This record gives sequence, C-alpha cells and structure tokens, in this order.
Amino acid sequence: MNINWEDFSPVSSLLGGVMIGTATVLLIAFQGRIAGVSGILGSLMQLKNTPKGHYLWRLLFVLGLVSASFVYGLFWALPNIQIDTKPHLLLMAGVLVGFGTRMGSGCTSGHGICGLGRLSIRSLVATLTFMFAGFVSCFLFLHFFA
Amino acid sequence: MKNILTFVAGLLFGIGLISSGMTNPSKVIGFLDLFGYWDPSLILVMLGAIPVALVGFGLIERKRSTMFNEPLHLSGKTHLTKSLIIGSFIFGSGWALAGFCPGPALVSLGSGNVSALIFVGAMIAGMVFHDHLYRPVFKPKQS
Repeated sequence: MNINWEDFSPVSSLLGGVMIGTATVLLIAFQGRIAGVSGILGSLMQLKNTPKGHYLWRLLFVLGLVSASFVYGLFWALPNIQIDTKPHLLLMAGVLVGFGTRMGSGCTSGHGICGLGRLSIRSLVATLTFMFAGFVSCFLFLHFFA
Repeated sequence: MKNILTFVAGLLFGIGLISSGMTNPSKVIGFLDLFGYWDPSLILVMLGAIPVALVGFGLIERKRSTMFNEPLHLSGKTHLTKSLIIGSFIFGSGWALAGFCPGPALVSLGSGNVSALIFVGAMIAGMVFHDHLYRPVFKPKQS
C-alpha cells in the first residue's frame, strides 16, 4: 500500500469531523431527530399521509446543507473539487446511492456517524458493508476493468 | 428558534463536510482506493465525528427528551436484515463510483456544480424508485 502524504489533510479532516459530529448532536438536541441525510431527503419525497410538521425541519436541514458552500465561501476559499466520473456513470452511481441508502435505511451520516455514536450493531454492520463495497467497487473500476 | 437552530445544524454539518474534504469526490475515491495511492484523511473525519456523537447522544438519550422537552425520534431496531446488508452494499458500490454520498452531494449542489446536479437528480430518482415502486411491491409489510 502506498500512502498519499501530499493530499493527507489530518487537521482539516479532524476539525471537519468534529463539526459534523457537533451538528448531529445539535439536531438530536433541538429536534430529537437523527441527522441521516438519505433518510431526511427520502422522507421529503414522501408526498402522501404525512403528519403535521413532517416537511419543515427536514427542509430546513437540507437548506442548511445546500447553503453551506455559500456561507463557507464568505470566510474561506472553497477547496477545489475534482470529479473524474463521466456523466453516464454519475447517473448510475446516483441511482445506486439513492436506492441503496433507502433499502439499507441509512448512509454515511445516519449509520456511519449517528448510528455508530449510538453504538448500534445494525449501523456497525451497515457501515462495514458499505465501506467494504466501496473498496471492492473502487478496485474493480480503477484497477480491474480499467 | 427551534427552526433556526435546525437550519444552523444543517449549515454546520455542511461546513464540516467541506472542511473535512468529503465534498471533493477525488479525495473520497482516494480513500476508497486502497490499492492505489491511498489518502487516509477520511478516517480522521470519523475519528473527529464519532466521539462527539457518542458523548452528545449519550447525554441526550439519558435525558430522553430534547432541550425543548419534546420526545426523541430514535430507531429502536436491533435485528439485522437482508435489506440492511444488500442496500448498504448497493450504496457503497455507487459511493465509490462517483465519490459522492448523499450529504456531500447536496453541499456540492449548493455550490452550483453540474456533476453534483446530475448525481442528486439520479439519487432522488433512486430513492423514489425504492420507496414508491420497489418497496410497495417486494416488501409490502414493511412501512
């Protein structure tokens, strides 16, 4: 294994992690809700039989996420984003992520941070599974088929 | 007040994702590509986030209510299901393909990135397909 020390960013990644963890605690403290992005977004697409107050907090949380680049940009330079995936593969990846997170009841935020923070065995199994699938998928697409 | 704080939680979550490097797909793929030129940064994201969540959730779950004395909405599920494992596997495969997971994709959408727009559109389609077509047909008993 070769380690990429040039791109390794321990301080900003750790700080970012602390902010993400703090945000999940804020949401449970104020709304009593789990900050699972796939669950929040998926539930916004549920158009029928929704109880009162179903949309508002979800919409506000998503708005916060969508506004983050703008607010970050007011204080610091936004980091460069590099996307090498071709549009048809982006479409396929999006469908897999959307379908898979709903079928598996969570993503990196809901299972990987909140679930592990609650010491949930289900979330631990889910997190190990999607990490493993990620490593395998990367190996296949970047080394095996390429 | 509660609504403003909810928006702030989303905002802080997003700023954390930007700072951590999670909104840069090539960095995420650099982490998932164990056999390439491996960038371990994303381990640090989890090392930063999980201990904070562990302490915070511990305190609030002991209190059993929010700061506004409202009930918590927590999953009490403990059993492992095929859906949990197959779904997580499908998610992980797609995550590695694009380097986007749902949170960072929404943050990048907000920066006006066209690739993120394509990805989020497809992701919402995948969610709707699962919730409104797949699940009602194949798992009608599950709510």
